[in-house]
Amino acid sequence: MSIDLTVNGRLCRIDVEPRTTLLDCLRDGLGLTGTHVGCEHGICGACTVLLDDVPVRSCLMFAVQADGYAITTIEGVAPAPGELSVIQDAFCETHGMQCGYCTPAMILTAQALLANNPAPTRADIVDAISGNICRCTGYAQIVEAIALAAERLRGVNRPIEAAP
Amino acid sequence: MKSAPFDYHRPDNIDEACAILAADEDARIIAGGQSLVPMMAMRLVRPTRLVDIGRFGSLSYVRALGDAVAIGATTRQCVVERDPLVGEYVPLLSKVLPWVGHAATRARGTIGGSIAHADPAAEIVLVAITLEAKLVYCTRLGTVEVPAPEFFTGLMTTALPIGSCLTAIHFPCIAGENVGVGFHEVNARRSDFAFASAAAQVALEDDRSCRELAIGIGAVTEVPFRLDAIAAEFSGQRIEEPKLRMAIRDAMSEVTLMSDLHASADYRRRAATTLATRAVMDAVASAGAERRHVH
Repeated sequence: MSIDLTVNGRLCRIDVEPRTTLLDCLRDGLGLTGTHVGCEHGICGACTVLLDDVPVRSCLMFAVQADGYAITTIEGVAPAPGELSVIQDAFCETHGMQCGYCTPAMILTAQALLANNPAPTRADIVDAISGNICRCTGYAQIVEAIALAAERLRGVNRPIEAAP
Repeated sequence: MKSAPFDYHRPDNIDEACAILAADEDARIIAGGQSLVPMMAMRLVRPTRLVDIGRFGSLSYVRALGDAVAIGATTRQCVVERDPLVGEYVPLLSKVLPWVGHAATRARGTIGGSIAHADPAAEIVLVAITLEAKLVYCTRLGTVEVPAPEFFTGLMTTALPIGSCLTAIHFPCIAGENVGVGFHEVNARRSDFAFASAAAQVALEDDRSCRELAIGIGAVTEVPFRLDAIAAEFSGQRIEEPKLRMAIRDAMSEVTLMSDLHASADYRRRAATTLATRAVMDAVASAGAERRHVH
């Protein structure tokens, strides 16, 4: 079955079997292996991607269900090749990763949180990542990274239309 | 962990969906897929075809309908969680929704999907039973409305006939100053399946005696159930914790509970008794809380 996905801003037409999950479609069909395969039944959160800017589990969706949607994967968050987003940078700086397996999903989840809530409390951050398991249990630094990124994003220059 | 092959259909309307379902008894509806897809991945179920109703705009709504709030079957859980009408008139549903899966699953999961899946630990099912919601489904012959006690017939089993599609859930409204709700559950980790859960809704008179009380217990039997005898016992009386706890304990002692490697029947009985007591006392405390602050 042929489907259209807008992945990281690029329109992709791809043939998939109905039983192919969005996760397998991104990794095997489009070569975007930054989205990680964990439990494949919705528990671990490692496969989180943004579907129309909202975090979802890509293992709990068949690719055919995502037909016509805009998808953001970890490959789509950096502003340019060789650069890091503010959130990625904060994860590096606070050592918000150990093995790195959960990291792409944590960063995308953080990105969605900060887009809606520029000044999250610690409780907001913990709640946002409660569906993402880090088996290195490095949660303290992950929370710290997201708080640091929030602070930096609040401090960057506002667009002209937001000025008083 | 990959699903068995199936055919995928995305019909344009409910009639087409029902026709496909009626023609193949192994066809299944998919809306959000947050319960069905993991079961397919584990090959606990192998539908021959999936009928995707997730894009029917006509089934996604929250609106007032007489003395009920009607919620379309494919309304996303995250939408209902934030809906002001639900918050005001079905506060128990608003209360439990943060416990349903995680934000990432509530973004896709639907209210109707949870109801039709009928998991004994599902919070939305517990609310439907506690409040005696009405479930509406359509077949090729027309629309049928079923009260919750008749709808949930067993472990992950409902009265939905083959070839039918759940279309709406009607939750009875409750509002006013002297209304309160409570909910508690225990599980292994945040938003995992509950071992025991309890929901309560009360309406008090001005003297704080009990006008209405509904208590529901989930995750301990194949279908969640109400403790109606207790509601009758406290009618017209003030609800005091020691007496309530004893009444719930007595009622729970007569129920045969599920047991598995995560939680024994004994544990579930004790947990459910405590959770139900807390849920009711929370409901009582929150009923009329604003009014008492004024005086």
